[in-house]
Amino acid sequence: MSTNSTRTPLDHIRNFSIVAHIDHGKSTLADRLIQTCGGLAEREMSEQVLDNMEIEKERGITIKAQTVRLHYQAKNGETYILNLIDTPGHVDFAYEVSRSLSACEGSLLVVDASQGVEAQTLANVYQAIDNNHELVTVLNKVDLPAAEPERIKEQIEEVIGIDASEAVLISAKTGLGIPDVLEAIVEKLPPPKSPGGENAPLKALLVDSWYDTYLGVMVLVRIIDGVLTKGQQIRMMGTGARYGVERIGVLTPKMVNVDSLGPGEIGFITASIKEVADTRVGDTITDDRRPTAEALPGFKPAQPVVFCGLFPVDAADFEDLRAAMGKLRLNDASFSFEMESSAALGFGFRCGFLGLLHLEIIQERLEREFNLDLVATAPSVVYEIAMTDGTERELHNPVDMPDVVKIDHIREPWIKATIMTPDEYLGGILKLCQDRRGIQTELTYVGSRAMLTYELPLNEVVFDFYDRLKSISKGYASFDYHLTDYREGDLVKMSILVNGDPVDALSMLVHRSAADRRGRAMCEKLKELIPPHMFQIPIQAAIGGKIIARETVRALRKDVTAKCYGGDATRKRKLLDKQKEGKKRMRQFGKVEIPQEAFIAALKMNDE
Amino acid sequence: MSERSSLILPDTGEPGFGLYVHWPFCAAKCPYCDFNSHVRHQPVDQARFTAAFLREMEHMRTLSGPRTVTSIFMGGGTPSLMAPETVGAILDGIARHWHVPDGIEITMEANPSSVEADRFRGYRAAGVNRLSLGVQALNDADLKFLGRLHDVDQALGAIRLAREIFPRMSFDLIYARPGQTVDAWEAELKQAISYAVDHLSLYQLTIEEGTPFFGLHKARKFTLPDGEESALLYEATQEITEAHGLPAYEVSNHARPGAESRHNLTYWRYGDYVGIGPGAHGRLTLGREKLATATERHPETWLGLVESQGHGMTDEERLGYEEQADELLLMGLRLKEGIDLVRWQQLSGREPDPDREAFLISHGFIERLGNSRLRCTPSGMLILDSVVADLAC
Ligand SMILES: Nc1nc2c(ncn2[C@@H]2O[C@H](COP(=O)(O)OP(=O)(O)OP(=O)(O)O)[C@@H](O)[C@H]2O)c(=O)[nH]1
Ligand SMILES: C[S@@+](CC[C@H](N)C(=O)[O-])C[C@H]1O[C@@H](n2cnc3c(N)ncnc32)[C@H](O)[C@@H]1O
Ligand code: SF4
Ligand SMILES: [Mg+2]
Repeated sequence: MSTNSTRTPLDHIRNFSIVAHIDHGKSTLADRLIQTCGGLAEREMSEQVLDNMEIEKERGITIKAQTVRLHYQAKNGETYILNLIDTPGHVDFAYEVSRSLSACEGSLLVVDASQGVEAQTLANVYQAIDNNHELVTVLNKVDLPAAEPERIKEQIEEVIGIDASEAVLISAKTGLGIPDVLEAIVEKLPPPKSPGGENAPLKALLVDSWYDTYLGVMVLVRIIDGVLTKGQQIRMMGTGARYGVERIGVLTPKMVNVDSLGPGEIGFITASIKEVADTRVGDTITDDRRPTAEALPGFKPAQPVVFCGLFPVDAADFEDLRAAMGKLRLNDASFSFEMESSAALGFGFRCGFLGLLHLEIIQERLEREFNLDLVATAPSVVYEIAMTDGTERELHNPVDMPDVVKIDHIREPWIKATIMTPDEYLGGILKLCQDRRGIQTELTYVGSRAMLTYELPLNEVVFDFYDRLKSISKGYASFDYHLTDYREGDLVKMSILVNGDPVDALSMLVHRSAADRRGRAMCEKLKELIPPHMFQIPIQAAIGGKIIARETVRALRKDVTAKCYGGDATRKRKLLDKQKEGKKRMRQFGKVEIPQEAFIAALKMNDE
Repeated sequence: MSERSSLILPDTGEPGFGLYVHWPFCAAKCPYCDFNSHVRHQPVDQARFTAAFLREMEHMRTLSGPRTVTSIFMGGGTPSLMAPETVGAILDGIARHWHVPDGIEITMEANPSSVEADRFRGYRAAGVNRLSLGVQALNDADLKFLGRLHDVDQALGAIRLAREIFPRMSFDLIYARPGQTVDAWEAELKQAISYAVDHLSLYQLTIEEGTPFFGLHKARKFTLPDGEESALLYEATQEITEAHGLPAYEVSNHARPGAESRHNLTYWRYGDYVGIGPGAHGRLTLGREKLATATERHPETWLGLVESQGHGMTDEERLGYEEQADELLLMGLRLKEGIDLVRWQQLSGREPDPDREAFLISHGFIERLGNSRLRCTPSGMLILDSVVADLAC
């Protein structure tokens, strides 16, 4: 299907993002908007229809922002084009939110009418304000008995400082209030601007790109000036790459081909681009022969902040893992990997992620979609090492730590964390933050809810901070963070020695003040996990040459079958075969064999 | 005494060729036992079973070919529930199918609860020259815990009778019982040694899956000595038996030198043996391969199979070199004499891994005897299963 249109005037276009805290109902609201505007037939609808990845459906979360073009006939009789972008709520995917915002002029701020303002509500709304967005505030889930829209309105005004008197009360689930949302979009959100207009040289923002199995790399664009047409020769101003536009279309959310896109419009193009990594999100797309004078400001690429090693449990799967990672990266340029080899775990990859959820999701997808069994080493952040010779290095893997005598100092990433919590859990949370070297910068109350901001070293957060926070607050606290800066820290590399040999995959960088505790915990854990051997096995945690914790796995005292089963040697041989099979799943550390399972358990170890 | 020793043919060190016959019935099932033993409340039709044993023998003879038997063992279950005629018919059958020289070891297992002087004489007359008695404990409380049908007095009576009637006699004890201290066991063991003739089997209590003890133990109805305690019990056992002239020649078996069970030596030296009866195992060398036979375990099902097809075999596996090498290792290292490395190398096609061997030697777990024998040291014997797994890989 191909629709050709005379250009839609700018004042009949509205581009907006739907932003909220995780699970406040963005995707469900998108469902209702699509449904009401007839974007999909009834039989094509499903819950959170835009969450099309299997893992999104299963976990009920949005990972990737999705764009939909809708036609809406307003009460004033006019038909508008609405481009909505549904964004993820989880902090790891904040980058998806920020690039979505830059393609729009307004946002729907969705707040759960019983939960109220949470950490990501704040983070996202401030981002929207920074992008000069107009806001339509929507209180969702008013169908729930616990909904308190009036109280939440007050809370929004108090905490965020925006006027909530005209907030639209809706239930994305039942459809209540959806027409009011649509009207508010048209009435309150501004139309897009096009400084140069339709006749100016093409200037478009590269909003996003992804890999489609049939069409290859697809690029989402927002036209600022000029017109993008099929067959046009375009140039990416940042990378300098040139392409011929092959296909132009919009998502309704089905792909619908169009011949061109004009100012204010959002749509996709394909252009024989090989890899998602060839496109740079935030780049400016222009006409190759008649380029625009000035590129858009663009934005910083998403940087992996958490690294870990991923190794196949079965060494024979290494090549499959490489292929699988390549495929996932086609679609997710924020995930990086490079080969790594570990004495303990064999060949694998050092991988970079946007955060722990991202890590978890990639690992799960590799395991499920590609049928691989993986071991992940402890997550680590990126350290900056200032060497005595004045050079600087980035450290992604504790194993690569240079000789300490050559290190002048080490800097680690710090974050600004916002935590919202019912005040009854405040004590526990303050202690947690304190234990993690946090510096409190703010503590305010709104009713019985406390809002805390802390500066924290990211390294303390990637360990198990989020799990601890959840358990302390019984799941009621919410948490958001963003990287702020690098600061010098008294960081040391802690090695774990089993039977005198360092186990590379267990080494980690820790703050000196936490080293004893972490070292002891790791040794105790390993003592439990390593089965007795024919000899006793010392387990030590060491910093440099200094042992800071020690445990011993005692030698096996007795392991002999007493009974003789007459001539039934088969039974004994079967047992021996089982033992041999078991040994195959052991990792050899010198003379010590650690079962794969034990190793995984040690890596998953919680703090206390 | 002279009559006794004259009955023992000298040990040539050869693995030999044994005949095993399994009698699968018991008067009651002991709560720790996972042997192939069954309780029947109707009298067992011994004539029918005898006929089946004889038929299966015929089949086994076609597999083994003509050979000279070096030992016969009737195990169970409780073979002493067999009528002497049954035993006689079986032994006669064996002699018809294979060459049975005079004076070879013919052992029968017996339970103290089913002892009668006349029956014992009948077994002896049928040709049994060695009795192995399941005494298990020398105090009534423990015998009760073990679910045995006899008490200490009956056990001692049975020992006395067996000594009188049979040229050779051994009995079994189970130790490392719940709450058993080293002192208590030492005293009991010394008492046992005073009744012993030339052989004792001393097994540490093992909790087997599928037995009543397994559930009880899991539910912590009783606790067993831990690794350290059972090691101490084991070490005490080695010391005392050694001091009294009954050193261990296998993990759990003790004998005056020369009085070892020839039949069990055949298993451990990885010789050939024929297994007859329900749930019996056999090993028969056929050129490069070794045939591993196993029969149906359930007695009446086995009976039906034999009657319909001439044998009760359900498994017949041809073991390749690698498997034979593993079996040789795991059986042979149980013996104090260890294994013949040349034979093992011929089967496995390799030397023991030099690193592993050096490691095990340096930790004092194994040692070389001359150039061609490898054996466990006493401390290696305590962790034999780990040692075997290390060497087999
Ligand atoms: N009762 C009720 N439940 C709702 C309503 N809207 C959404 N939900 C439920 O809230 C849960 C989260 O909804 P989503 O639409 O996936 O939330 P989201 O904001 O897109 O979540 P993320 O993308 O993970 O940030 C789902 O179980 C929805 O069914 C509502 O109006 N009423
Ligand atoms: C095959 S049983 C048969 C002997 C005979 N039926 C009897 O019980 O007296 C041989 C010996 O194995 C030992 N035995 C059986 N089950 C055992 C167990 N679970 N743990 C240790 N020894 C066991 C007993 O000492 C028993 O005498
Ligand atoms: S008498 Fe012997 S074979 Fe029978 S159940 Fe008891 S231990 Fe097992
Ligand atoms: Mg969503």
